[in-house]
Amino acid sequence: MAFLTSLLNSMPGAAAQGLAWGVMAIGVYITYRILDVADLTVDGSLGTGAAVCVLLTLNGAPVGVAMACAVLAGLLAGLVTGLLHTACGIPAILSGILTQLALYSVNLRIMGWGTGGGKANLPISVDKYGLLVSARYVRDLALNNPLIPLALFVAVVIAVLYWFFGTELGCALRATGSNGNMARAQGINTNWCKVLGLMVSNALVALAGALLAQYQGFADVNMGRGAIVIGLAAVIIGEVLFSKVFRNFALKLLACAIGAVIYYIVIQFVLRLGLSTDDLKLLTALVVALFLAVPYWKGRYFAKKVIPAGKGGGAHA
Amino acid sequence: MLDVSNVYKTFNPGTVNEKTALNGVSLTLKDGDFVTVIGGNGAGKSTLLNAVAGVWPVDSGSISIGGADVTRLPEHKRAKYIGRVFQDPMMGTAATMQIEENLALAARRGKGRTLRRGITRDEREGYREVLKILDLGLEDRLTSKVGLLSGGQRQALTLLMATLQKPDLLLLDEHTAALDPKTAAKVLEATERIVQKDKLTTLMITHNMKDAIVHGNRLIMMYEGRIALDIAGEDKKKLTVEDLLARFGQATGSDEADDKLLLG
Repeated sequence: MAFLTSLLNSMPGAAAQGLAWGVMAIGVYITYRILDVADLTVDGSLGTGAAVCVLLTLNGAPVGVAMACAVLAGLLAGLVTGLLHTACGIPAILSGILTQLALYSVNLRIMGWGTGGGKANLPISVDKYGLLVSARYVRDLALNNPLIPLALFVAVVIAVLYWFFGTELGCALRATGSNGNMARAQGINTNWCKVLGLMVSNALVALAGALLAQYQGFADVNMGRGAIVIGLAAVIIGEVLFSKVFRNFALKLLACAIGAVIYYIVIQFVLRLGLSTDDLKLLTALVVALFLAVPYWKGRYFAKKVIPAGKGGGAHA
Repeated sequence: MLDVSNVYKTFNPGTVNEKTALNGVSLTLKDGDFVTVIGGNGAGKSTLLNAVAGVWPVDSGSISIGGADVTRLPEHKRAKYIGRVFQDPMMGTAATMQIEENLALAARRGKGRTLRRGITRDEREGYREVLKILDLGLEDRLTSKVGLLSGGQRQALTLLMATLQKPDLLLLDEHTAALDPKTAAKVLEATERIVQKDKLTTLMITHNMKDAIVHGNRLIMMYEGRIALDIAGEDKKKLTVEDLLARFGQATGSDEADDKLLLG
């Protein structure tokens, strides 16, 4: 009974964290699923968003402005990775790793702004600053409950992306990820599309970082470590559970956010069962590896024999 | 319409895999010319088309389309002038996108992509009409993902996309080679219909000599990165496969090419 009570008590917190990470997971979806690039920049840009948001708020900026700047910082991070990849010809994965590594120093510098050095952690008190979301109120039945703005953010992000990917530019981006040869033959500048996609993705990740920092009351240089894996976990959980029912693009994005919430609920569950937090990343990596491997195994060892309809037709769908 | 002048291209220069694919090729197409291209494996047919499309920069020489020098333009900027169908049916369409979305992408070839709607309601109706030309029943499957279509259907769709916005130049790179004979004939027939209707300037590579003779008003045969034979007008109308082989042998001074051509 005590177990159940404590599990139930942890649910609002798990949902709030899940929603913030949901914004991040949607960012990962853009690169991983739409652009077909695994972008590791996110491990750095999450912290960048958090650091920029907390620093500016501490220095008297309204929290809205601070978050907007965090988003801008994310755009810039994506731009750097994009240019490393397209203008310098560095493989996408390596470009992301390079930016991520550089951002570690940048994040230290941002948090140490004005001190003449770097800083690994920057706390911010919800009592002194008008933060948008805070873990303190997560179990309150009141308007300042962080679940409300977090859910709103997820909804707005999904709405904006749904609109964007229906525009000419958004379609060009999807074509770039689906078939670069075709996209170029139709006059689409695939390099520019990749850069744009990476920028949008990292802007969302930085936004998630800004939300998370406010929620937990600090920015930390290590908060983005393994973020890509958590983001992928959310994307894959969402796909495994909902791909049969959610066909619409907006619903697919929603599935990422729900996947992130489920991920955090499961984490709470295993923690309550007695797993040490030290082992969490090992567990996450194992789970993601398993979920990534299952579709491959299914295709390779359990494929139903199908007679192809036409020569080479549909096989690569 | 197309002017290729003294173009050279060598792949993997300075390595054991060095291969001179285009060896000073020159070719001029008049407005409305439908030119078929034949030649053995490695003769430089696909390389010529890729050079015109701008897949990679050429080593030297110049290429202009409709009077505009495109030699230094990247692939996506040349797309303004060029419609393309590839040999691989998978290459010309986006499998994860719908039929109508693919068409909408093609309708915007060479135009700026902005934040306007990627596809409008009026367009949808237009596409339904256009798809009827193909006679494959695709007009009732506008929102199907292209990945669900057969190779032949995808190739026919690619052909439609390449010509949806009248291109200055249509490049067909053995676009029926990967299809079964019946589907290939159907796609080729659609090609002939569309090219005639819009009087498109066309370069079509084929491995089938009969197709090369039957279609188009001019035939060129490539050999070792150059044009070895160029037959047009009345001369081409009277042409037979045997003629072609004999004249090719004369032009290149080689007879071993016969098998290569027939088999290639």
